[in-house]
Formats: sequence, C-alpha cells, structure tokens
Amino acid sequence: MAAARRLIGFNLLTAIVLGIGGWYAGWFGAHAITGPSLDWFSAADYNEVSVFMAYIGGVIGFLAGLGFLNYPFARLRGYPPSLREKETGGWSRYFSLCTDHKVVGIQYLWGIGLFFFIGGLNAMLIRTELLRPAHQVFPAGTYLTIVGMHGTMMMGMMSSGILGPFANYFVPILIGARRMAFPRIEALTFWLLMAAGGILTTTIFFGGFPTGWTGYPPLESQANAGMDCYILFFALVGISMTLLGLNMIATILTMRAPGLTWTRLPIFVWGVISTASLMVLAAPVLIATLGMAAFDRAINTTFFVAGGGGSNYLYQNLFWVFGHPEVYILALPGFAIVLELLPVFSRKPLWGYRLAVAGLLGVTLLSWMVWQHHLFVSGINGDLRPFYMLSTELISIPTGFTFICGMMTIWRGQIRFTVPMLFCLAWFFNFLLGGLSGVFLSDVPSDVTTHGSFFSMAHFHYTIMGGLIFTFFAAVYYWVPKMTGWQLNERLGKIHFWTMFVFFNSTFAPLFALGFMGMPRRVVTYDPSFQFLNDWVSVSAFLLGISMLVFLFNLVWSLAFKKVPAEANPWGSRSIEFQLPSPVPVHNFDRIPVFTDDPYGYGEGPAPQWVVPAGAPAGRE
Amino acid sequence: MAAEPMAARPSDGVSHGRRVITAWLVVSAIATPLVVVLVGPLLPPGNASTQASQQVIDNTVITGIVTPVVCLIFVFFVYALLNFRAPKGGALVDGPPLRNHAGIQIAWMVITSVTVLFLAGFGTYELLQNGAGGGQGPSPVAVPGGKKIAVQVIAQQWEFTYRYPGFGGFESHELVLPEDTYVVLHVTSLDVVHSFWAYELGVKADANPRVDNVAFVRTKAPGMFQVRCAELCGLWHGYMYNNGHVVSADQFHAWVKSQQALYKPIAKYLPGFRREYLPAPVRRGG
Repeated sequence: MAAARRLIGFNLLTAIVLGIGGWYAGWFGAHAITGPSLDWFSAADYNEVSVFMAYIGGVIGFLAGLGFLNYPFARLRGYPPSLREKETGGWSRYFSLCTDHKVVGIQYLWGIGLFFFIGGLNAMLIRTELLRPAHQVFPAGTYLTIVGMHGTMMMGMMSSGILGPFANYFVPILIGARRMAFPRIEALTFWLLMAAGGILTTTIFFGGFPTGWTGYPPLESQANAGMDCYILFFALVGISMTLLGLNMIATILTMRAPGLTWTRLPIFVWGVISTASLMVLAAPVLIATLGMAAFDRAINTTFFVAGGGGSNYLYQNLFWVFGHPEVYILALPGFAIVLELLPVFSRKPLWGYRLAVAGLLGVTLLSWMVWQHHLFVSGINGDLRPFYMLSTELISIPTGFTFICGMMTIWRGQIRFTVPMLFCLAWFFNFLLGGLSGVFLSDVPSDVTTHGSFFSMAHFHYTIMGGLIFTFFAAVYYWVPKMTGWQLNERLGKIHFWTMFVFFNSTFAPLFALGFMGMPRRVVTYDPSFQFLNDWVSVSAFLLGISMLVFLFNLVWSLAFKKVPAEANPWGSRSIEFQLPSPVPVHNFDRIPVFTDDPYGYGEGPAPQWVVPAGAPAGRE
Repeated sequence: MAAEPMAARPSDGVSHGRRVITAWLVVSAIATPLVVVLVGPLLPPGNASTQASQQVIDNTVITGIVTPVVCLIFVFFVYALLNFRAPKGGALVDGPPLRNHAGIQIAWMVITSVTVLFLAGFGTYELLQNGAGGGQGPSPVAVPGGKKIAVQVIAQQWEFTYRYPGFGGFESHELVLPEDTYVVLHVTSLDVVHSFWAYELGVKADANPRVDNVAFVRTKAPGMFQVRCAELCGLWHGYMYNNGHVVSADQFHAWVKSQQALYKPIAKYLPGFRREYLPAPVRRGG
C-alpha cells in the first residue's frame, strides 16, 4: 500500500506521464493556434511552432509531475513558508524533488553519468564509421546527428559535471552550512538538466540535426525539426547552468560559517565561485542566442539570415561569447579539484594559496576576452586578430599559476599514489599537452592550417577530457566513499586509471598528427592515406570505452554488492567533510562549526577539529 | 590522522631544486635543437607557397619554445615522483609545511609573461606581413604589395567553383593557378557557411553568404594541392574536396583559353560578377 502510494505521488514516474501529456497538449494546442491541419497526428505535418510548444508543454508537465508547482500553489493558498521537501525517506528520494543538497548531489552523479554514457556511446559510433575512409556504416545524415549529439551532450551535460555532483554535495559542508541558499532551485537545476537530456535524445525521432554542437546558421535554418531539440536542449541547459551558478554564488557569499574567511576557503570553493560566475554571465547569452535562432526557425524572423538583413556572423559572435567561457566552465573545476587533492596526497600545505586563487580568477576574467580566436579565418574583424591572439596567449599565464602551485605542493612531499592522486597527476600530463597545443591554435599563422582540423579536435579533447573527465574521476574516487558510505575497490580503480590514461593518450595523440596532415573535422569520409592512423585511433577509442566499463563495474560492484563500509577519513585529510561520518548525516552538522584555519595545515601540528558533536558542552576550549 | 611534523628533508646535503634545474637545462639544451632540426621540417603545411613556408616557420618557432616547457614539466615530475614518495604502509607522515616562496612566484610569472608576449609579438609580426594565408574579411589589413590576379572561390553545398574575373569572368570547377604569382582569393558562399582550405598552399578562409572574405597567397613551383571544406556544411561535407593545380604561365593561359571556349555557350546566362552574392533567404516556419 505504501509502495503504491509512493508510485502515485510526485516522482519521476508521474513526471514522465505528465511530461508526455504536456507534450501532446503543446503539440495540439499549437496546431490549433497555427491553423488546424488535416492530419494532426502526422509527424510529416508538423510546423516549428508546434514542435517548440510541444516540448515546452512537456517540460512544464515534467516539472509539475515532480511537484515543483506544489509549493508555489501552497503559498498562494496561504500555507506558511517551509524550507524543506522530502529530505528523509528511502530510495524514493532519489527519484523525486528533494531539497537535501546531498541527495541532489547523488542524483547529479547518476544523472550526469547516464548522459556521459550516452555521449560516450556516440563517440564509439563515430569511431566505428571512421574505421574506413569511404562512408560505410551510417547514412551521412545519421553520422552528422551522432557527431552533433556526442558534442552537444558532452558540452551541455558535462558543464555541470563537477559542480552538479560535487559542488552541490560538498560546498555547503566545506563552508559549514546545512543547506544551499536556494534548495528548491538546486533541485530544479538537476531536473531541468534531465529534461534537457531527454529532449536531446528525442532528436532522433525528428531526423536529427546536422550542425554539430555549434549550431551555425544558415545550416541551422535549413535543418529539419531535430534542430529544435538541439535549441531547446541547450536553452534548458543554459537555464539550469545560470540557476546553478547563482545558487552557488549566493551560498558561498552568504552562508559561510564563522571564521571561514576568504583566505581560509578551500581552493575547491574558489574554483566553484569562478566557474559559477562564468555560468551566470555566459549562459544567458546562450539562452538569448538560441531564442533568436528559435524565432528565426519558427516565426520567420531574420536575426541570422544574411538575405533578410541579419547576419550569420552575429550568431557566431554570440555563440562564442558563450562558447569560450563555456570551455572554462568545463576546465576550471578540474584545476580546483587538482589543487584541492594534491595537498591531501602529498601531505603538505597548498603552496601559494593566493597565487592559486589569482590563477583561477585570472582565467575567469581573461576567458571573456578571447572568443574570436574561434573565428580567426572567418573574415570577421580581421584587424582584431592580433588582439585576440594576445589575449588568448595571455591565458597561459594564470593557467601557469595552477601548474606552479600544484607542482610546488607535491615538491618534497610525502606522495601517496592513491587512485585520486593518479588522476590528478595525469591532469598535469594531459593539460600540458592540451594547453601547449593551444599555443599553435592561438597563433594566427599556425591556426590557418590547424583551425577546423583534427588538431583542434585533439586539442580540446586533451583539455576537456584530459582536464575535466580525469579530475571528475579523481573526485569520484576521492569523495564517493564519503557520499555513499561504501568504499570503492582500489585495485579496480587502478586498473581503470592505467587503462584510461594509456588509451586516452593513444586515442587522442595521433589526432594531432592527423590534423597536421590535413584531416578536417566532422567528415564522414577521408583521404585513404589517413586510414592507418584512424584505425589506430578507433581501436584505442574502443579500448578506452572498455576502460570506462571497468569503472562502471567497479561502481556497481562496490556500491551494490561488495559494500565495504568506508571510514570517516580514509585519506587522512584535514578537510572538514572528513570529520563527519560517512555518509554525511541529513543536517550535516549538529552545531555550526567555527573555523580556525584553512584545511591545508599539513606539517603544522595536529588537525583542528571543527565539527563539534551534539553532546559536547557549549563552551569551547 | 597521525600528523607528526617531519624534519626538513634536504638534511642529506643535496639541493633538490638545483638538481632539477640543472637536469632541465641539460635536457632542454639537447632536446630543443634536436626537435627543431628533426621535427621542424616535418611540420605542416609544406613549402608550396610563401604563406605555407611562413606557417612552417611559425610552427617551428612555437615547437622550439614549447619543447623546454615540456622538458621542465617532465623533468620535474620524474624527479619529484621518484624522490618524494611516502614509504609504503606505516603511519601518515607530513611533509615540510612550505606555503610560499616569493622568488619562485616572481620568477615563474616573469618567465611565462616574457614567453607569452614574445609569442604574441612574433605571431602578430608574421600575420601582418601578408595575412599568412588566412581569410581577412572584406577589408583586409595585411595586404602584400605588387601585381596580383584575382580568383573568386564560390562555395555551395557541396562543391567549390572558381571564377576568374580578370579573364572574362568564366566560372570553372577546377582551381588552376599560375606559378610564382600573387593570387587574391575572394571567398564567398551561396548558401551555408563553408571554409575553403587549400592545405598545401596554407590557405584557409571561411565562405559566408553575402561576405567577401579575402585571402592572399603567392604560389611557388608547379604542383598539385588539395582543396577541402573545413566547416561543417551539411550532409556531404566530407565529400567536399578536390585537387587544384599550380602550373606554368603558358599552361595557365592555355587552360584559360580552353575554359573560355568550354563555357562560352553558358557565359551569357551567368549572373554578372560580384564580390558577394545574395543568397535566397532560407525560410521555414509556422
């Protein structure tokens, strides 16, 4: 009976049912407005307005089914304000609107993981097609959809790859708070992202989209209704990112515990602030741009149509105003994770704390001034190219701060080669190659050859996959025992690391050579002389995929079957989350902690105990 | 959380820092010239045009600067990871609490800044000589002097055609250029965004509808080069490639004559030559 009530309540199941209902309501509603057609059920008889309205209706239904409208309506009907929804209860918390930041963190981990898996499968399909120079497995349109879905899925969903799971879970704990500033908005960011992921997946029912993740018009205006799924996906991701960023900034600004001054803040929290400020400022540009693109498609405006007084340069400009901060939204959390974990596993204080913070903030600031390096050969603002060349190369200075701080932190330390540490060390290798290949792309004469080739593709896979995904796994191995209360298997973790590191490099390093040899991106066919390297890359990519399966096996095996309880502080960390039991109790702290130092005082005496148990006397010694 | 402070490590009388820096200097002094001499000539896109050779120089300079950086990081990590390992098993021991060193910070900032400013200055110098083969938009800033022939590259889904306004304005499916000549390429598109990429010539310029994107290239000896599309332009983007030729002046004029004869019957139906073409607006909608 109780189980039955759980199913009928507000949860994922009702959300999906209402989401589908809302979709059809939007579809038929829009048909009724735009002129009833003869066959309302025919997919061939669609128009853009009905597609957009269908998905907007679907999203509203989905959110209503999760219960996001309950609280506003309750307030309208005069019920008193309340802060929390569904914080306790069993597994069903994870499938419904829950305002406990720790539940949202775990929801994010699995939700993002699911779409990372789908994006990864797309990559496998791309590499299958590229095994032969002629086009062989997929029709050309399907291939482009796969390429576009891979890029869009990874860029969109993984923007929240570290902030979603780990910042939501650990930022309140690290700053000594019991919750985020806006817990319902926190839950909303997650469910919006899931709705977005669902929408992008359904693009295959509407013929896919041919534009890759950049969605340049006029190709975008030519495309069929699958393009609308791309537009709605990215707009929803943009809304989710904006809200996530706002929530993080508000929380960190206002809810720090006593004693947690700006110079005692864990560097991970500084990374979250940097990333969140980029999200808040960049994502609205994306939303507005896609809004204009949607108008162009649905109601015949001509913002981006050259023949109608608009310009497709406008789209490229606006897209990269978002797009370049976006790549730092992906990379910066990685910097922060590396700097956060190195002190723990070298048992030394973080070296040059202020320089590290300056590095993160410097990248944040400079990332606004570089976007036209994506347009060096486009013919837009030819005279501004020296400026963008300079600003782009300047970014390597604050990035270098992260390098020197990390390197000096392990210098003369007591290095332990745990799985998270291995992933952090791999970051240095990957980001070094990724960053230095960026120098070629930032230099206009070199960029003339490398732009739009496999070289730039290798470059951003080294920085994003090598920078974000490696540190994402470092964070997983470091924090998941704390989040779930179960240990992850160390041996499987090491197998995962070494296979991933070797096959990652074996996959992406040859792409630099292919780009130098002249292979353009996003092609379904290529020069037969490139076949050997492409086959090498494909085989390596499949092995890289298998390495991910090792991780998946480790996760399921350790968390669902083996279930070895994790210690409270398995790493000997001085950070406050490891002074709490694993998993962390619902309200985090019985009493708000008072910080006396930063968490990096290794070698400076015994670790201060900031967490005060419930029964302790009120006074402090 | 055993945290017993550890005695300062280099009591064994060696300076780790001096060792790493010495090793780095030695390794880079060997590696950098080797890389420049051995890898430099292999760097793209070759020497088929002045611009291509110039890009090779840029690539070589960047590679030469990047090599010591790679050496530094590699030497550092090899040394650190071999020497600063915690003993297996046993209680956790803390390292020395080094939090800062002003000298290292300043040295690092100065070295990275100087390197970066040099790279930006060098790149700008190279770019402004003749545009380095990149598309510069309708009003180019880096214009090489001297006599040039104009060729218009018209991109459409999914092929490039080439118009020769100086030779009666015929429009051909082949790109043929005379040797040892400065060529102005006017790149435009009839539909979506393409990118004209003549790999061996070191030319890349986006083709945008209603835009005249200008790139300069000076051909050298006769030979073949490949033309590809470098911007995703829809279904058959991957098939948008063919070969172009650099030929001697006599062969070029013979080819022009043959093309003029070939296209004479349709020449009167061609629209007049323009730097940019107005595409039919792509409209859809409700």
